[in-house]
Amino acid sequence: MMLIDCPFCGPRDETEFSCGGEAHIARPLAENKISEAEFADYLFMRDNPKGLFLERWRHSAGCRRWFNMARDTVSHEIVEIYPMGALPKTAAAKSAYSASWRRDTAAEHAAKPARTTVKNAGKARGAK
Amino acid sequence: MFKIGKSTSQIARLTKNSRVDQKRKISFTFDGTSYSGYAGDTLASALLANGVHLVGRSFKYHRPRGILSAGSEEPNALIRLGKGAYAEPNLRATQIEIFDGLYAESQNRVPSLSLDIGAINSVLARFFPAGFYYKTFMWPASMWMKYEHVIRHAAGLGKAADDHNDPDRYEKTHTHCDVLVAGGGAAGLMAALQAARSGARVIIADEQNEFGGWLLGEANISIDGTPALDWIAKIIDEMAAMPNVTMLPRTTVFGYMDSNYLTLNERVTDHLPERPAHLPRQRLWKVRAKQTVLAQGAHERPLVFAGNDLPGVMLAGAVRTYINRYAALPGQRAIVMTNNDDAYRTGMALHDAGARVTIVDLRAEPKGALIRAATNAGIEILAGHAVITAHGNHRVARVEIAPIDDTATAIAGDFIHRDCDVIAMSGGLSPAVHLHSQARGKLQWDDKKLCFKPSTTHEASFNAGAGNGTFDLASAIKEGIRCGARAASAAGFKNTMADSPSVAMPKQSWTPLAAWNIPNGHAEGAGPKAFVDFQNDVTANDVRLAAREGYQSVEHLKRYTTTGMGTDQGKTSNINALAILADALGNEIPEVGTTTLRMPYTPSNLGAIAGRDIGHLFDPVRLTRMDDWHRSHGATFEHVGQWMRAWYYPQEGETMAEAVNREVLAARTTAGLLDASTLGKIDIRGPDAAEFLDRVYTNGWSKLAVGRCRYGLMLKDDGMVMDDGVTTRLGKNHFHMTTTTGGAAGVLDWLEEWLQTEWPDLQVYLTSVTEQWAVATLSGPNANKILQDAGIDIDLSPTSFPFMSMQNCHIGGLPARVFRISFTGELSYEINVAARHGLALWTHLMKSGAAHGITPYGTEAMHVLRAEKGFIIVGQETDGSVTPHDLGMDWIISKAKPDFIGKRALARTTMAYDDRKQLVGLKTKDPQQVIPEGAHAVRDPNQPLPMDMLGQVTSSYHSPNLGYSIAMALLKGGHNMHGQTVFFPLLDGRVIEAEVVDTVFFDPKGERING
Repeated sequence: MMLIDCPFCGPRDETEFSCGGEAHIARPLAENKISEAEFADYLFMRDNPKGLFLERWRHSAGCRRWFNMARDTVSHEIVEIYPMGALPKTAAAKSAYSASWRRDTAAEHAAKPARTTVKNAGKARGAK
Repeated sequence: MFKIGKSTSQIARLTKNSRVDQKRKISFTFDGTSYSGYAGDTLASALLANGVHLVGRSFKYHRPRGILSAGSEEPNALIRLGKGAYAEPNLRATQIEIFDGLYAESQNRVPSLSLDIGAINSVLARFFPAGFYYKTFMWPASMWMKYEHVIRHAAGLGKAADDHNDPDRYEKTHTHCDVLVAGGGAAGLMAALQAARSGARVIIADEQNEFGGWLLGEANISIDGTPALDWIAKIIDEMAAMPNVTMLPRTTVFGYMDSNYLTLNERVTDHLPERPAHLPRQRLWKVRAKQTVLAQGAHERPLVFAGNDLPGVMLAGAVRTYINRYAALPGQRAIVMTNNDDAYRTGMALHDAGARVTIVDLRAEPKGALIRAATNAGIEILAGHAVITAHGNHRVARVEIAPIDDTATAIAGDFIHRDCDVIAMSGGLSPAVHLHSQARGKLQWDDKKLCFKPSTTHEASFNAGAGNGTFDLASAIKEGIRCGARAASAAGFKNTMADSPSVAMPKQSWTPLAAWNIPNGHAEGAGPKAFVDFQNDVTANDVRLAAREGYQSVEHLKRYTTTGMGTDQGKTSNINALAILADALGNEIPEVGTTTLRMPYTPSNLGAIAGRDIGHLFDPVRLTRMDDWHRSHGATFEHVGQWMRAWYYPQEGETMAEAVNREVLAARTTAGLLDASTLGKIDIRGPDAAEFLDRVYTNGWSKLAVGRCRYGLMLKDDGMVMDDGVTTRLGKNHFHMTTTTGGAAGVLDWLEEWLQTEWPDLQVYLTSVTEQWAVATLSGPNANKILQDAGIDIDLSPTSFPFMSMQNCHIGGLPARVFRISFTGELSYEINVAARHGLALWTHLMKSGAAHGITPYGTEAMHVLRAEKGFIIVGQETDGSVTPHDLGMDWIISKAKPDFIGKRALARTTMAYDDRKQLVGLKTKDPQQVIPEGAHAVRDPNQPLPMDMLGQVTSSYHSPNLGYSIAMALLKGGHNMHGQTVFFPLLDGRVIEAEVVDTVFFDPKGERING
């Protein structure tokens, strides 16, 4: 059972947390037209790498706050914990972020408002 | 030289100094016979002291089996201990400490050990090859159920307790430490002492009743000029006095999980004749350690030769342990068979205890101090020889020995015969790398010592001693000190390394001869059985057969032959199996690789894992504030999530159906009162609250007036319905959301997720207020009269208090927030009061309503009432694959909003397919027939199997208000099927016929909503 250093509460047992799956998946706005296949990239496609993975976690039995975590899926080593909305800082996690196939998908581009007039348009999930 | 004692009962007991106290006699029962032993004995040592070797029958062939080892690796001597509810099967006799009155039975024999009818399997053995079950019981599949019953009975390790209510108590301890040491032998003790002296908090655990590891079974070793066990005692004394050290004997570290999280099973009172009430039987320790030192020691390997499973064939180290530690002599005429030096010390121990010894050494030219000592003692040494076959009935009686070639693969001379009553065999040592491997540490093959040793690990962990392949005592102690020092430093404690003590014992080599499968002179596949895995009756031929049949991966071999499975998990067999597989494949051992070692290290009691979390402590129960009233008025209850909800309130002599019908009728003719406190309630505040609701619900919320309520449907981003409920605007920036009872926690998490991860720019604050409000729902034509009699201080006319609005008021003086909403279709009020007023409100309403026919109704009546109106229940009419359109609820999808969760997905092509399962109503042709929920619909009940399914019934009830059966169903293309007939063929052969109708059965125009 992993020991996870909650940025708000400190180190706690893994059983207090829940994993929210892959991080940095931008949500396309409904106003932007993308194909069904492109939309499926957002809705269905999830990575499952052997090695470093950027994930969203929540301290569900504690402060209930979300944060991002760079974790090695083989060794379960936690490389970095960083806030929601931020990008990782360590070299390994940074490269995992930029190497993702998502970075240049239509779904990701569609997360940005087509027009600036839309009030409170959504931001990319977990990304700045 | 020692002498066999005078006691007639303990015929093989030696009179010598040992760890058993020969002044404290203990009597126990094994298979109905009384025996005596001494304090300090295990069941195995006491039986051996009584000359008993035959203690079990093997799993598959029912062959007689004896005690192989002296530790937790024991594959054969499995015992059922205790009686009645206290009985526990599959315990290892080698680990059971005896106490007065101990009651033990052997397993896997019918009717008795010496006469076992299952042993016929042994005669038929050529019909039971590897993979026998897979090959034999394949066809017809329908017969498997019958085969399985017989096989399960014939196979089978021990029987569980007859009474399944475990009367014992178990506890758990959660703790932290700086250094956890697994294993209390010389290396582990020194590691713990080194770390403890630095001030680190240390836990040291050992599965045995005493610390000292294999030194407990040795003689003639001195450390720092004192006998080894005196030296051990000094270390124990020093640590026992240190407040920062926790010493746990009888405690197995059985699991090693991520981030140095380890689980330990402490057997607190298992060794006591009476279990004191204040102590748990066992305690599960969950330890988070900064650093670990793994010093688990090593397991000796058997040699694989014909007849090696006879009672009396034992591991050489175990024989030595029984002599030195327990003063029990396993045999008087001994064969020691070895591929290494270490077994010579067993030869000497046997010799010193008065046995006649022949050492059969597989090596052509053994050399060294131990060999010289044995020669000088006059022990017969047959170098370059092997035991080819052991013979005997219930115990080994004689052996055939022959010279072998120098690779130990062929017989190279004439047979020699020797009588014997014990064979002490040694095939070298395998480090117990289990914990290291559980933590996903890597292993490496040592070509000289012929064993897998730990290599790299992801954890903050060190390996010391024999468990690290460091078999030499002086080196192991040194390694223990070094690992303790490194662990303490890594945990932040400065320390200076203690000096290594001097060890006085004869030098010995630790490079055994690779001799994995002793030749038997027969062609491959023929000849008598040589066992690799004793517990699973896997022979060398089985392994070779599996390899020939293509099971060439070690993982496949394990599953096909079952080698390495069972309670011992192959502690003595895995390496031998691997080596024989490698040989059969013409491969090197490290290339064949190992299976993954998983927790638990040894079988762990489920009672200890469950601890106190059983019965009513298994899961919290949530009760509403009106619970007392429901109980005192005879309500029956149903579990909804963790809530206990009143199900129905049967009156004297009423069946459930009668009670529910009465409650349903009352709610439509007079008035019903429902405890709705369990509804999820979320308080939503903030300047962006309305905007937030616009995004999470499918309909519009920005324009909802203060004081007005609206029904909302929540979707996942895949467009599927996930929850519904009524939300009310309490102020410009303040909403009160209700969710389904079961969905409350999930919805709050869902909303938080979107706020925190997707829309952190929105200023919205969510608070669960489910527990803060008690809710009574008053429903029915008399609702207004009852509220007036109850003293409500507002005007209830529809113009001043319209449907779908909220008012703050007082009822009988209690401040209340009243919502005029309806889940029954009747005039209905959901009355919310502060939780502490819940019971007062309920009793007050019941009193005020008595003259107006008020009737409490439970969740069952609630379901019928809402079904009559065609109202869905999320999770009943929906299953995560149902869209609003499927439910016929297009009206709730806003076309104006630019976005909401699920909007884009609803535009997907598949969402518009007209053969999607869609919600319909059903009216049975026979009005009294109620279709079972979950029944599948077909168009033609006479079509051949398998039938073409249209969908399934989601809700189905008898409606007392309509006088006929009603149901809702999800049917393919259901929206276009109105008026058509569908059939429901049931398991019992009945076929129910029903017409597809609208989902709203009662008051379709909604005329009753104002009473």
